[in-house]
Amino acid sequence: MKRVSHMDTSQVVVEMKDIVKKFGDFTANDHIQLKVHKGEVHAILGENGAGKSTMMNVLSGLYKPTSGQIYMNGKPVNFHSPKEASDMGIGMVHQHFMLIRPFTVLDNIILGIEPVKGVVIDKKTAREKIEELSKRYNMSIDLDAKIEDISVGMQQRVEILKVLYRGADILILDEPTASLTPQEIEGLMEIIEHLTADGKSVILITHKLKEITASSDSCTIIRAGKYIDTVKVDEVDESALAALMVGRDVNFKVEKEDHDAGEIVLEVKDLHAKDYRGVEILKGLNLNVRKGEIVGLAGVDGNGQIELVEILTGLRKADSGEVKILGKDVFNKTAKETFDAGISSIPADRQKHGLVLEFSNENNMILQHFEEAPFAKNGFLDRKAIREHATELMEKFDVRPRHAVGNPSGTLSGGNQQKVIIAREITNDKELLIAVNPTRGLDVGAIEFVHKYLVEQRNKDRAVLLVSFELDEIINLSDRIEVIFEGLIRGSVSEEEIKANKADEKELGFLMAGGKR
Amino acid sequence: MKKKINILDSNVFYTFLAIIIGFIIGALFLMVAKVSPAAAYGKLISGVFGKPKYMIWTLVYASPLIFTGLSVAFSLRTGVFNIGAEGQFVVGSLAAVFVGIVFKLPPVLHAIVAILAAAAAGFVWSYLVGLMKVKRGNHEVLSYIMFNWIAFYLSNYLVNTELLHKEGDGEATKNVMDSARILFPEGLRNALGCNAANWGFILAVLVAVAIWIIIEKTTLGYKLKAVGFNKDAANYGGINSDRSILTAMGISGMLAGVGGAVQLLGMGARISQFAGQEGFGFQGITVALIAGSNPIGCIFSGIFYGAMKYGGSKLTMVGAPEEVIDIIMGCVIIFIAVAQVFKRLFKSFGKKKEA
Repeated sequence: MKRVSHMDTSQVVVEMKDIVKKFGDFTANDHIQLKVHKGEVHAILGENGAGKSTMMNVLSGLYKPTSGQIYMNGKPVNFHSPKEASDMGIGMVHQHFMLIRPFTVLDNIILGIEPVKGVVIDKKTAREKIEELSKRYNMSIDLDAKIEDISVGMQQRVEILKVLYRGADILILDEPTASLTPQEIEGLMEIIEHLTADGKSVILITHKLKEITASSDSCTIIRAGKYIDTVKVDEVDESALAALMVGRDVNFKVEKEDHDAGEIVLEVKDLHAKDYRGVEILKGLNLNVRKGEIVGLAGVDGNGQIELVEILTGLRKADSGEVKILGKDVFNKTAKETFDAGISSIPADRQKHGLVLEFSNENNMILQHFEEAPFAKNGFLDRKAIREHATELMEKFDVRPRHAVGNPSGTLSGGNQQKVIIAREITNDKELLIAVNPTRGLDVGAIEFVHKYLVEQRNKDRAVLLVSFELDEIINLSDRIEVIFEGLIRGSVSEEEIKANKADEKELGFLMAGGKR
Repeated sequence: MKKKINILDSNVFYTFLAIIIGFIIGALFLMVAKVSPAAAYGKLISGVFGKPKYMIWTLVYASPLIFTGLSVAFSLRTGVFNIGAEGQFVVGSLAAVFVGIVFKLPPVLHAIVAILAAAAAGFVWSYLVGLMKVKRGNHEVLSYIMFNWIAFYLSNYLVNTELLHKEGDGEATKNVMDSARILFPEGLRNALGCNAANWGFILAVLVAVAIWIIIEKTTLGYKLKAVGFNKDAANYGGINSDRSILTAMGISGMLAGVGGAVQLLGMGARISQFAGQEGFGFQGITVALIAGSNPIGCIFSGIFYGAMKYGGSKLTMVGAPEEVIDIIMGCVIIFIAVAQVFKRLFKSFGKKKEA
């Protein structure tokens, strides 16, 4: 699907020229260039930590550039605060939404610039203005709902309406699809279409190449803080973009030789469980994973896959059913027992479950083994053995910066935090590896790396259960795909069908939406 | 430039800054009370450093505070907030006074049994709060505060029971037997010029080092810290977080309990009926915060607080109200709490100059 371009090449609405931003000795932006036209969708592409966010924080008035100049409609401008940038028509939608959860949608949108009648907030005028905006850009939303009651996709709409309400003509969207479901992403793309048709410009920060080719007119690539190039998206393909971004060729197709699956490792039978609200979320689920195969569990978020993983890893109790690892019963066992029985996992939320962010990387590397030799003797930690272990893993799994063994994991970038977890879990080398959204928020270089290790586990005759909201990832990696919908496996795609390219996103999307075949 | 940034990064710098600001604000209050700050602070300093025996007294004052400080610091490092050190201190001293009055044991052994009883009492007192937290989800801060008052009234009740109450009038227990005391031998005490000089401080230093080792060097410390920082990740890693929380809270309570024993067997020898909470546990919060929750730091901040308490008791001699000490310590805590704000301010200053 290629959208219609609304770009007006005769009119440059904003330009960043030779922007340099230094933090102490560190240069986050080194002579960055950017030119955005009216009605254009302009993507900013770069690896984790390349300096995209710094660049946008300069543009939105949060940071003052060390040198360089910003121009709007040809005139030089200097922002001293985000408010000044906002007054000039630049609005930013942050990756992590800045909303007050107990407030209504309406209250959040007008917060800070409430229209008043005397001393009373004039909600009627505000409501009319917002309703007009949401109609114009086809963003239906319940203005009286509370933020905590609406979905992530809706919250994002609130953020977009917030900047539009403030009169933004240039919208900066920072990783807007990172937490959206495929359906919500489609909705967002439609909104962007309406915005540009109306003459607004959109700057899209992302590292998802497919979204760029599907939605953008141009793309500016930065690498390690430096400006690399600006390209017309029509004229390049995804692999060219990826190569520009990481500075080398990237292999998209996962290298995967044939490998025969062996005996059943994980066997789940008739599993029933409730979610935190007490609503039944797993309704008699059956699933098995064999040695030497990657089973992809596809599904829209909220259909029970997260609960399933939590049950398998001992973090949640199920109501009834059977769970076995190589014939051994692990139903409703503790996290330690399931781990010892042979289940390791790359958790969905790396900061909640995967890492103790305040702990050093070397400490996080031994999370399941801190009481065992060689890391502990008679109740005392052996610092030397722990450091050697961590140094070796950081080298092998390319965790950067390499010297950070003793630094808190919280100081690493998201991608490197994920590498710490992957290093630990791959090294645990259990019979079954469960990987939940293992590449979420990673750039293509890191994704390639993670995929390589998952395939390596499978080639070593381990069983791999891949739970992912990225359909591409599921299709590329899996030997077999199972689709979960409303707590049940609704359909599966066999190895033969995947090989014959019969598993396309449309077909899977149909199953994921509850369709039967 | 590099070096300057390092100083601005250091917490110790901000702690000293907070202490200085505390003294400046204390001086303002002294001026309001029409007392010369120079005279008052002069008295404070000479009252602590003037004679060697004053310094020994300072250590005697510091010993129980180091224990309650360690108690709070240990809890903070393991992710709970022991605001109940006050109550654990009280039940610790109750257990010690009971053993000291009722048991008949040879010297040394008697003191050891009394201290162990205090440790057990403090452990149980805090562990109960832990059970309420783990099993019922009651927030520990609320339960701890209530347990402080339960300990307070329990103490006032027990002080007046026949078994413990001293003969005749007065609202206090009998003195514990000499065999249970932890005083230095009489000759040494005379030489030091302090009749309450005791082993408490040495015990406090040893325990502080032991707690530091537990937190930094052992698998137990790893486990308790992991749960304290991120319970979910600890659970995911196979650590039983409920059990860890109970252990951490028990140990924390134990430390405060021993503090109660040290105060009783070293200095007081008996428990009087309270009119209000004595505050050793709450002062422990201050000690822990000044120390940045570092066990070794608690030794020094405990000495600092001990010096302020001991020196402050002499302020009346120059007509200054003793309460100015509380004002100073309160300000110190406030400014340590806002140290992070200072840190950011100073750093952004530095950055602007650079740019």
